[in-house]
Amino acid sequence: MIAPSAASTVAKKKFLHDATEHVRDVGHREFVRRALGGYYTNRDLQQARYRDWEHARDTASLVKWSAVNRLDELLPRFAAAFEANGGQLHWARDAEEARGIVLGLLQAARAKAVIKSKCMTSEEIHLNQALEADGYGVVESDLGEFIQQLRGEPPYHFVFPCMHVRREEISDLFGKHLGTPPTESPEELTMIARRHMRRLYVDADVGITGANFLIAETGQISITENEGNARLTVALPRIHIAIAGIEKVIERLDDLSVLLPMLATAGAGQPMTCYNTLYSGPRREGESDGPEEMHLVLLDNSRTALLADAEQRDALHCIRCGACLNVCPIFKNVGGFTYGTTYQGPIGSVITPHLRGLAEWSHLSAASSLCGACTDACPVRIDIHHHLLHNRRNAARTAPSRLERFSHRLFSQVARRPWLFAAGGWIFRKTLWITKPLRPPLLSAWLATRNLPPAPRQSFRAAWRRRTR
Amino acid sequence: MNVSLFIPCYVDQMAPQVGLAVATVLDRLGHTVEFRAAQTCCGQPSFNAGYWDEAREVARHALDVFAGAEAVVGPSGSCVAMLRVFYPQLLTGTPHETAALDLAGRTFEFGEFLVKRLGITDVGARFPHRVTYHDGCHGLRELRVRDEPRQLLRAVRDLELIECDEPESCCGFGGLFSVKFPQISTAMAEVKAGSLARTECDYIVSSDPSCQLQLDGWLSRNGKRPRTIHLAEVLAGADS
Repeated sequence: MIAPSAASTVAKKKFLHDATEHVRDVGHREFVRRALGGYYTNRDLQQARYRDWEHARDTASLVKWSAVNRLDELLPRFAAAFEANGGQLHWARDAEEARGIVLGLLQAARAKAVIKSKCMTSEEIHLNQALEADGYGVVESDLGEFIQQLRGEPPYHFVFPCMHVRREEISDLFGKHLGTPPTESPEELTMIARRHMRRLYVDADVGITGANFLIAETGQISITENEGNARLTVALPRIHIAIAGIEKVIERLDDLSVLLPMLATAGAGQPMTCYNTLYSGPRREGESDGPEEMHLVLLDNSRTALLADAEQRDALHCIRCGACLNVCPIFKNVGGFTYGTTYQGPIGSVITPHLRGLAEWSHLSAASSLCGACTDACPVRIDIHHHLLHNRRNAARTAPSRLERFSHRLFSQVARRPWLFAAGGWIFRKTLWITKPLRPPLLSAWLATRNLPPAPRQSFRAAWRRRTR
Repeated sequence: MNVSLFIPCYVDQMAPQVGLAVATVLDRLGHTVEFRAAQTCCGQPSFNAGYWDEAREVARHALDVFAGAEAVVGPSGSCVAMLRVFYPQLLTGTPHETAALDLAGRTFEFGEFLVKRLGITDVGARFPHRVTYHDGCHGLRELRVRDEPRQLLRAVRDLELIECDEPESCCGFGGLFSVKFPQISTAMAEVKAGSLARTECDYIVSSDPSCQLQLDGWLSRNGKRPRTIHLAEVLAGADS
């Protein structure tokens, strides 16, 4: 009765194609599921150490809610404090402006080499491609990002960029690019990357980082990491450029006391991430290290449009912990690349239509069983799976496929007429033995991989009439 | 109590035994059970596909059908979630908002109704099998029904309840999702059915016939055991 989905976009066709390919790779799916197995155990263990994890979620959500709903007040406060600390602030309306600002800063500094720590906002604005096109050498210093850079792939998961790569593949990769002997020891692989990297920190003129939180009260940038590479990226090069979305601002330093541990626990099952650093401006007189200049590029890139959407505004609460990806059965079965987005998984499916357009990206919201595991996992209580429903509604309103709309209108008419609905049900049940072998569109999609039970002789309503007679 | 059965359209046509089992259990507990024949579908397919105007019309029909019922009880977490959680959202700001909230307060998922509303965990059933319980996502996360079916199962004579290693993973049905994205849906079924089958149980007990359709569809296609059974059918098995 209900027709195939809306007009296929290029992105949707690619998604369907890649999902089909990925699903066939059972070994890969199993590998990713196993990789996340340890996460579940650790996360549960750490969550149990909270007096009340659910209450902590309420608090974290409130902290972000009160910040996101007062961005007009907190952003200027942050800007003033950041500048008072000696930082230089740059506002970027979109990706192009942001890239232009960074390139301008590199030119002014006569920079040659750039080192980066993990920064999804830079992925969002496709910064590396722009820098490389202009002849700058760019190196990712986060181990996972470094591996992905050598592989020529974007991050697979926005927190665990190379979670899909096996140790032996990393060993081969390092052998090929760095000329190191094969090893499958994680420690040795880390040491190889570290030795390679140390020299690059010193050579780099500019270090580019992201930011986890921007503290309005103090003008500080909070960066959370496990490897210490972000600290070196900030401290060693002459110039530090941080790039962050405007939704990263929070009001008080105290707010970190709930957000930092929850980010670590929800995202990686850690009590705390190993390094949590607050950067309070460039090197001051008498200080022995730190950059000469500290810049922050604050990016809008459609975030204000999302802010204007009262229904989905809470998507700006996101602290990019990745918990929703870790628990998502869709992510685990289609893999990170299939999404074709900067932000994968449930939160990516919610926000990508806002960042890149609903017409082209609504299929991500349709590609969900709406199981809600994401919403339960979210430490800042974003109503993720219901926003997928909202995106579906908005897509049906703005660009419905005629066939689909007709089908739902027809269905709605029939479902309001009990006798017609019952008759339709009767016909469906009685003719199922004929329709099954004919394989009409949607039924064939089911029957390709799953059986349908034989139709019972009697419907419930008929059986009920008999029972009460 | 007067209980009005809410029989999802799929149960009506394809799984009548589930509806009858619900009636049997409620009957046995001494409640008056009625079935209002004007009921059709809850409208979830249109709602989930984004066609909210169309779904709203169906919802209004359901409000009329169940007007005045003391308690509305359905054997599907998903369809009950539609009535209880999504109707009030769908009808907010319309003249039917109050009626939707009123119906939401009177609507229960079967297992939840027994435990939370009636305060019963032992319905006097016997079911001499090893079973595992599959949480349907809508029941679990929209209705927050998690312990109730397990409490009911633990009280069944000669029944052994074993938890699988992924009790809260989705089976991948998701309504139209199952046929719009069949490859993903099937992969999810494979994962969940695998987890359930590893318990080596005799039956997978479920509170959602749509999950049963998905799991049985995949298991039987792949020549694997076990099969699902609805919680109501387990509880309808009398201890005699």
